[in-house]
Amino acid sequence: MIAALAQTGDLINWDLVGRLGGDIRQLTAQHLLLTVLSVGFGVVISFPLAVASIRRPALYPVVTSVAGILYTVPALALMVTLLPIMGLNIWPVVTALTIYTLLILIRNIVAGVRGVPEDVRDAATGMGLTRRQVLWRVEVPLALPVILAGVRIATVSTVGLVTIGGLFGRGGLGQLIFDGLARGSFTRIIVGSVLSVVLAFIAEALLLLLQRALSPWARRAGVRAVAT
Amino acid sequence: MISLRGVTKRFQGEGAAPAVDDLSLDVASGEIVVLVGPSGCGKTTTMRMINRLIEPDGGTIEVDGRDVMAQDPDELRRRIGYVIQTIGLMPHRTVEQNVGTVPWLLGWDKPRIQARVRELAEQIHLDDELLGRYPAELSGGQRQRVGVARALAADPPVMLMDEPFAAVDPIVRAALQDQFLELQRELRKTIVFVTHDIDEAIKMADRIAILNVGAKVAQFDTPAEILRAPASPFVEAFVGAERGLKRLALMPVSTIELDPPRPGVSLPTVSSGDSLRFALDAIVTAGGDAASVVDDGQVRGTLTLARLGREVEDGS
Repeated sequence: MIAALAQTGDLINWDLVGRLGGDIRQLTAQHLLLTVLSVGFGVVISFPLAVASIRRPALYPVVTSVAGILYTVPALALMVTLLPIMGLNIWPVVTALTIYTLLILIRNIVAGVRGVPEDVRDAATGMGLTRRQVLWRVEVPLALPVILAGVRIATVSTVGLVTIGGLFGRGGLGQLIFDGLARGSFTRIIVGSVLSVVLAFIAEALLLLLQRALSPWARRAGVRAVAT
Repeated sequence: MISLRGVTKRFQGEGAAPAVDDLSLDVASGEIVVLVGPSGCGKTTTMRMINRLIEPDGGTIEVDGRDVMAQDPDELRRRIGYVIQTIGLMPHRTVEQNVGTVPWLLGWDKPRIQARVRELAEQIHLDDELLGRYPAELSGGQRQRVGVARALAADPPVMLMDEPFAAVDPIVRAALQDQFLELQRELRKTIVFVTHDIDEAIKMADRIAILNVGAKVAQFDTPAEILRAPASPFVEAFVGAERGLKRLALMPVSTIELDPPRPGVSLPTVSSGDSLRFALDAIVTAGGDAASVVDDGQVRGTLTLARLGREVEDGS
């Protein structure tokens, strides 16, 4: 233990980090790309499924069961299965990661829209907004904080799961980790892990800021007038 | 202006009894008809069928001579002002955007919407500075007024109001009612107003439709006439105690026969435009048996307690 602590100075070989600089930048970019693609496709697929579930409540348990079953399939198994079908490129990874975002995203979109106060919906319909206008102008904006909370969770978990793709050389910073394991290079393992965590934190922070920027009414609601 | 003929609505899972059973009712242009009745009597359902938020199962509803079922529901609703108890302002839109909703739906250009919103703010006595606020930053009374302004925004000839002043305290409510009646004298909208509060009905209505379960019309008449001659024990019970006093509140002093002036006697004075209830209060407060009716310094005559008593008696 003491010996290990004494060696911490050597745990990270900063020279190597310097030499790997170009690789690290490239892998970080790939990590981001895989995350953005997966969550992006996730949102695009979840949204219509969620809206359909809201309009036809009988559909909701079916949709969530299917998404739930898919969610339980181990990530590695899913990627390996998709590999021969899709080839050795980023798509097996993106497909698998997209599938994992569905359950969280669908649940949050449905919960967010269902949480919109009934009287707001009623008044909007009563004024003559079409169903589509009620969805896009009332329900989605009001559900946005809950929807974006789902996007945040999905993004953070995707940032972590991307690393598994490193096994096939399509895993962003995960590649650095697996490469390090193969070579016994702690520097690679630590740099890959730490940067993955940092990416997750940054994604979380950015999405929180976005959520606030998109719902200014929610913050100003704290200031209540007293005069009538 | 609004005509309901044999309108029926049956909700699923409620057995055989329809929520609204063969209801026929006419609302004339420019009048306020108040639908009042115990909870579950079908008054809100009736109102919501007029703008098709609920679809009737039978009968016909016409607004301005046109069958509502033959129209696009969204376009129909844009021509009918709609206010509900909880107002339902869009929390993510400013007061200005909320009020401008229907004009925006109708495709008005921005300057026209802005001008209209400011005009309405003045009409409902809402400070211009509040227009940039979000609904959560308003007081209850302000929110109710914004709700009314939003319903009036595109100047619809018809308004549906479901307990629009119920969510505020009695003092603010009275002020909002007075303000709305004043506005209505100018606007002459055709209004269907729903409440469970008979006193609000008496105050707001040109005519009251008292509904029993199944939206059965128990009586449909002016407030004064309902108070004078309730059509059934149900109406009498619903109108409640103090029926005579409530009726006196609706009648001006000018409607009653006066005794000759009593020169030299010190009496409380009222004017012809005051309500009989106000006169009664003046007499009782002064501890006498009569009040002097004086208009612009000219004595019209004497109003005696005895005549007031007979007036109350006539009605019961």
